[in-house]
Amino acid sequence: MKEQLEQIRRNAMEKLAVSHTLASLEELRLQFLGKKGEVTAVLKQMGKLSAEERPVMGQLANQVRADIEKLLEERRSALEAEALERKLEAEAVDVTIPGDSVSFGHQHPMNQVLEEIKNIFIGMGYQIVDGPEVELADYNFTRLNIEEGHPSRDRSDTFYFDDEDSILLRTQTSPMQIRVMEHAKPPICILAPGRVYRKDEADATHSPMFHQIEGLVVDEHITMGDLKGALVMLMKRLYGEDAQMRFRPHHFPFTEPSCEMDMQCHKCHGTGQVDGQVCSTCHGEGWIELLGAGMVHPKVLEGCGIDPAKYSGFAFGMGLERTAMGRMRINDLRLIFDNDIRFLNQF
Amino acid sequence: MKLNRKWINEEFVDLSHISDKEFVETLTVFGQKVETYERLDSDIRNVVVGKVVSMERHPNSDHMWICQVDVGQDAPIQIVTGAQNVRAGDLVPAALHNSWLPGGVHITKGKLRGEISNGMLCSLKELGLTLGDFPYAIEDGIWILQEDCQPGDDINAVIGNDDTVVDFEITNNRPDCYSIIGLAREAAAAFGKQMKHHEPVVHGSDAGSIFTELDVEVPAIHLCSRYTARMVANVKIGPSPKWLRQRLRANGIRAINNIVDITNYVMLEYGQPMHAFDYRYVSSGKIIVRESTEGETLTTLDGNVRSLKPGMLVIADEEKPIGLAGIMGGENSEILPDTTKVVFESANFNGTSIRQTALALGMRTESSGKFEKNLDPMMTLPAIQRACELVELLQCGDVLDGVIDILNHIPAPKELPLDVDAINALLGTQIPQETMEEYLRLLEIPVENGKIQVPSWRPDLNLTADIAEEVGRSYGYNEIPTTAFKTSTQGGYTPVMLFENQAGSLCRGLGYSEIITYSFVSPSVFDQIRLPENAPERNALRIQNPLGEDTSIMRTIALPSMLDILARNYVYHNKAAKLYELAKIYLPQTDQALPEEPKMLLLGSYGAGETFFRMKGELDAIFSALNLPRASYTAVQNNPSYHPGRCASVSINGIALGYLGQVHPLVVKNYGMDGEVFCAEINFTKLFALRLPDATYIPLPKYPGVNRDLSVVCAENVTVAQAEEVIQAAGGKLLQSIRLFDIYRGAGVPAGKKSMAFSLELRANDRTLTDSDSEQVMRNVLSALEEKLGASLR
Repeated sequence: MKEQLEQIRRNAMEKLAVSHTLASLEELRLQFLGKKGEVTAVLKQMGKLSAEERPVMGQLANQVRADIEKLLEERRSALEAEALERKLEAEAVDVTIPGDSVSFGHQHPMNQVLEEIKNIFIGMGYQIVDGPEVELADYNFTRLNIEEGHPSRDRSDTFYFDDEDSILLRTQTSPMQIRVMEHAKPPICILAPGRVYRKDEADATHSPMFHQIEGLVVDEHITMGDLKGALVMLMKRLYGEDAQMRFRPHHFPFTEPSCEMDMQCHKCHGTGQVDGQVCSTCHGEGWIELLGAGMVHPKVLEGCGIDPAKYSGFAFGMGLERTAMGRMRINDLRLIFDNDIRFLNQF
Repeated sequence: MKLNRKWINEEFVDLSHISDKEFVETLTVFGQKVETYERLDSDIRNVVVGKVVSMERHPNSDHMWICQVDVGQDAPIQIVTGAQNVRAGDLVPAALHNSWLPGGVHITKGKLRGEISNGMLCSLKELGLTLGDFPYAIEDGIWILQEDCQPGDDINAVIGNDDTVVDFEITNNRPDCYSIIGLAREAAAAFGKQMKHHEPVVHGSDAGSIFTELDVEVPAIHLCSRYTARMVANVKIGPSPKWLRQRLRANGIRAINNIVDITNYVMLEYGQPMHAFDYRYVSSGKIIVRESTEGETLTTLDGNVRSLKPGMLVIADEEKPIGLAGIMGGENSEILPDTTKVVFESANFNGTSIRQTALALGMRTESSGKFEKNLDPMMTLPAIQRACELVELLQCGDVLDGVIDILNHIPAPKELPLDVDAINALLGTQIPQETMEEYLRLLEIPVENGKIQVPSWRPDLNLTADIAEEVGRSYGYNEIPTTAFKTSTQGGYTPVMLFENQAGSLCRGLGYSEIITYSFVSPSVFDQIRLPENAPERNALRIQNPLGEDTSIMRTIALPSMLDILARNYVYHNKAAKLYELAKIYLPQTDQALPEEPKMLLLGSYGAGETFFRMKGELDAIFSALNLPRASYTAVQNNPSYHPGRCASVSINGIALGYLGQVHPLVVKNYGMDGEVFCAEINFTKLFALRLPDATYIPLPKYPGVNRDLSVVCAENVTVAQAEEVIQAAGGKLLQSIRLFDIYRGAGVPAGKKSMAFSLELRANDRTLTDSDSEQVMRNVLSALEEKLGASLR
């Protein structure tokens, strides 16, 4: 019987070694270990053995069974591993094939810049506000100290809705100064971006509709130094720490003193020349005009019920298109309102 | 306003040691912004005075001459010319080899019909000059110089081109700076110098008195603050002297004759526009400053016939207008070569009136440009005195005794305190009083005992804030310390803005790109989107003075703007587009002057993969992410802009928000497109009010749920929404969700019917459901569908 078991083991080992499919492995398992298998058949003869031999043979038979099972298992996992490998091989893809198209939409470049500016000011404590675009002449002009007969009130400059020239499309975001100040009490610290309208034919640098950003700060002890501080901070955040600014006196009816702020031209670094030619960005001036600003005119404060003897403030207004175009090197204003997706997708 | 630097150096303040660059930069930061500046000699290079030593006929030409020209070098050089007016001994402009003339003309040596020519002899025109500049020259021929010059002298010096012209952008509040004197004052102050002043002196003559010759009446008191007139007799019209012509030319004004040149010269110097009338044509010796009347016309000096509107200010005699006040004189009283008696006018007209008249007639002139800034009425007299002084200096006439000076409105002198503390508080500086006084003194603003006497030419100085600007710019805006204010306020967006920002991000997350469109549109957009004649949207605000019809009304509906951009992208051959805009619309109100300006959320798409249901799903995703209740959709057949079978009105909690749909093929066609276009228009302002409260935690289910599918056959006209409503009602509290997963028509389903398949999720919160629980629900649902919708189990 021992011989018989050893023979079965040898036989099984040989056959398993050359078995190459999971099906043939199963066949062999049945042949040797199945209910009607060879090992089982041997075990059935155990009864014929003596009491001394029985445990010895039993142990041997179990050993043979275990050996075969072990090898069967080894062979099975080897075959499975091979099969998996072949399957994976067959499933290989060209990883350079483009991925399924998933794309996000793009924020309009001008609103990207606007958002950046708004966030800078929010960080400095400014509340963002907005207001009507169809506006009363009273807010757009009169209460901003812009007298009757002022050229900006002309029908050649401003769009009107009525015969009395009292309802118009706001020409600036400055009426927001009045709208805020007539209700809020100092401290006031707001930023009012929005659409404004002037009667200019659309071309590379003009549009009858464009955007401005108005800033207003009113409190006790606000100085022109504070105005400069706020604007320098904005520009350094927008254009980097190296940005060079200068302030020039200017005139606006609703601020006094008034100024304009220029930034040194990023292209020619203030020299006005690039490769011996007049710099195309600043037209040789070396500086780029960025915004107008000033200390809120005492008459404007007074008109809103704020005592100019106690409070002072500053205001500024900047063109968004110009800022966005400068930052993104967009050379034609019409692209902004054309909304060609090939343009929008660039940003 | 142009400034010739030489003029102020010679007459007012010598800044000749300051480079052009430093000059313009200093004045710019001082508050007089320089637009451009130009050396007048930059156009002409290497052109000198030459003396023609000898000339001979060109052997190979019947009209050319070979000249030997002394150009200040060791030996004469040979230049060939085709001109016939040159004689030996003449002084002529000689462009040498490698020289440049205006217009970028480059002259080099060469051979002319075999003879060497080392340059070119020049005419006035070739040097960029006219007969007005040098009246003794001839138009077609070499300029034979009658100037005090030597061979070899730079021609620029002879012409007077050794000058820089600086063009300033003058702000509206500084009418005084529209003059050489005003700019000289600024320049002197900017460089810390005192300027020289000149008081005009008129000697007079024995030619009589103005009072026996002329009478002036000013009925238009409100439009003419002051009218000053003097007269000159025995006028000898001729060219002005070179110095005067040069100053005019450098300033871009053409020399005409001595009298006209004097008026232009004084206008530049004092900023006071003047006019000279030929007395012969002032009927009855009477000047009347009045408003024009209906039907009047005037032929102005430029030869144009101007139809005047009532109210325009004219200078008239007893019969007719002879000048358009402050803008241009009339041809009928023009100074002519045989003029012998002249009336000088130096007046102060209302700026707004002049500007509006100039605008209405489309003839803005140097003079009207100055008047429209509201000039100083005190200036008319010194200016007219200066003109008369020049007449005497030029010896071109005898000034009559007397001045007619009608003063209708002269502003009272102003006095302001010098409030040192307030100025420093506004600027954020610590400038001592003495320094402030010195700044003001340099600007010729007198200060005495802490009181500022505001000069009449500074109408802009009314408050301490105005003085602060003078002090600030003298101190230097760029020297003011940069500080951070100490106000502490909470910055941020309003809740609506945050909501908008979030909506924008969501749209972009779904692949929509943002567009920005004009708020004004053409009235034709209503027809383009097929709105009926009586549609309320047609009631739009109309701009009375639009740029054009295309931008003449404020949009009441944002759909056309989106379609316009989609169409534009279609034209650009962009195969697909997904766009969004948060667009304001402008809705006129009956009970208030200003319109409401709600914002609409617009989605628009075309291209592969875009469908009604895709956009609907996206819209639902946006609503859900914006924390809004579920939207409901109702079929709309009668929105003329949309496909009648593929349009839904969108509402939340019963509040109508707008539409979603496939754009009507006719509308698509109206916009020049083809194929399927989808749009959604949602009232975003209303949406904001519908937000749910912020979410709070709902415990996760403890017991498993079961999914049961149900397929029913029903009539075609039964909608999914109807079926869902019935299922929802019949499902009871175990029903957690309903999901449509198939709609089928065809084999197995009778014609005219369709099969809808729903997956129902059932769950109880307190136990695991048994089969009999779920079967009970499904039975209830099915019988409700049978009963209410005539459906049957498939």
